[in-house]
Amino acid sequence: MLGDPLFRNGVDWGDFAVMGVKVVVAFVLLLVATMFMVWFERKFIADMQNRIGPNVAGPWGILQTFADGVKFFFKEDLRPANADPLVFRLAPYISAVTAFLAFSIVPIGGVFRDGEADTGTVTLFGKVTYLQVADPPIGILLLLAVSSIAVYGVMLAGWSSGSKYPLLGSVRASAQAISYEAALGMSVVAVVLLAGSLSTHDITAGQAGGVRTWYVLSAGIVPFVIFLIAATAELNRPPFDLVEAEQELVGGFHTEYSSIRFALFFLAEFMNVVTMSAIMVTLFFGGPAGPVLFGMTWFWPTVWFFAKVLVFLAMFIWFRATLPRLRYDQLMNLGWKVLIPLALGWLLVRATILQVDEGTIDPVIAIIVGILAAGACFLLFTAALTAGDRAYERDQALQEQALQEQALQERAVQDQALQERAVQEQAVQEREGSR
Amino acid sequence: MSDLLRSYLTIAIFSGAAIFMAGMMLGIARVLRPRHPNREKLIAYESGVDPVGGEWVQSQVRYYIFAVLFVLFDVEAVFLFPWAVRLETYGGFGLVEMIVFIGILALGLAYAWRKGVLRWS
Repeated sequence: MLGDPLFRNGVDWGDFAVMGVKVVVAFVLLLVATMFMVWFERKFIADMQNRIGPNVAGPWGILQTFADGVKFFFKEDLRPANADPLVFRLAPYISAVTAFLAFSIVPIGGVFRDGEADTGTVTLFGKVTYLQVADPPIGILLLLAVSSIAVYGVMLAGWSSGSKYPLLGSVRASAQAISYEAALGMSVVAVVLLAGSLSTHDITAGQAGGVRTWYVLSAGIVPFVIFLIAATAELNRPPFDLVEAEQELVGGFHTEYSSIRFALFFLAEFMNVVTMSAIMVTLFFGGPAGPVLFGMTWFWPTVWFFAKVLVFLAMFIWFRATLPRLRYDQLMNLGWKVLIPLALGWLLVRATILQVDEGTIDPVIAIIVGILAAGACFLLFTAALTAGDRAYERDQALQEQALQEQALQERAVQDQALQERAVQEQAVQEREGSR
Repeated sequence: MSDLLRSYLTIAIFSGAAIFMAGMMLGIARVLRPRHPNREKLIAYESGVDPVGGEWVQSQVRYYIFAVLFVLFDVEAVFLFPWAVRLETYGGFGLVEMIVFIGILALGLAYAWRKGVLRWS
């Protein structure tokens, strides 16, 4: 609730130095983590598929990503002749910058203790501060906003290419992103409910009291599972990678991109994977929480944090190696008919349990009111469903009628053509007869 | 500068650095890369054959209804987040209010579902 102690007594040049260090460290960390992730994915999935994977550049091929990056700089950059020049150039910027921004709210270290007012701080250059780039009071909303803007990068890239595959890819991308964005937001609300704050630092501090206080358990496992599925869909990772399904759409939205512009999209995508894993650790797995074993106290939380992130990175790769891609209507059904109702329902159940725990409502009254409400809901929903059915039938009937009319018209046209032909033939016969 | 805006200062610096880095990468690449465009290279890619029809095609947006529904649920999220932060203050009354609110929205979703809006058409 207090915000970063760095800013509490005005801002001087020392504070700017701390900010600079934080920005540079976060930048380097994110880039190194991303390069590592690209290599890790290739190596790990090669192991799963009984291949060797990259093994030439550096030990175990660990410099492969670096080599690929250098290669991108030397490749010719092609822009299709009828692409929209401005938007085509703008789109990689949007993708890359939003990918960086989302990482800024993740606390990557600091010893959090339960019940302390100013917990999880470190001292840099004699300034007390949090180990995260920024701690805005609306951290989670910032994350949601940034991931919404990231969709524009994909959408504009596909549209501006002036080509068919990218256009189809970007239409899919926008439909998928908005469907799962809703589920993603609703699953986070359960965490916000328990933490009583939107700031990522407060959410982490709320999980400082041991494993049982981690929101993956105390919010119930449901919000985490919904968040995981929705995040996988937001990241366009398999099994939700319809946006860039190679077998159907070549490369999807980035088909027409080459050289370093393509590299920026590629980088943004893997950066988002790293960031989403970090966000999941922050929201549900206590962030940097873990035992301090020996020696430097500030060192261990960061180690625990990255160990947890690594687990999620491995899981995303495992998904890719194991799960077949969903069909498009299955994807939409899962988002709208399962995840969103489930997220909303669970939120209400969890809120009720919280209120009973805090003693603001009597459990007996809660149960009685609950049963009455369930009855009322049943009646209302039956009404809504019947009305929906009726509207659907009406639509179907209208469609059928239109089809029938069309068929009738077609037959009339055919009949006319037949008649005309008959008349012509008759005329020919008559002429022959008269001859 | 007000207290509220200070925490966004670092985010501003961070986004500035991100824009700078993306720009720098593009700038370096511009110096290094070769540039030999020709007409064939600049044709839109269509699996290696000549493009069929015009390149600026139109695509059927099958899911425009989803966009409408999305706006609905996003507006709902706008109400949900502040409610979740301050539920302790509102107590049982706030809870009942939210149940009624979500119930009405769920009714709408159920209706749309049965009407076949959420269907591949």
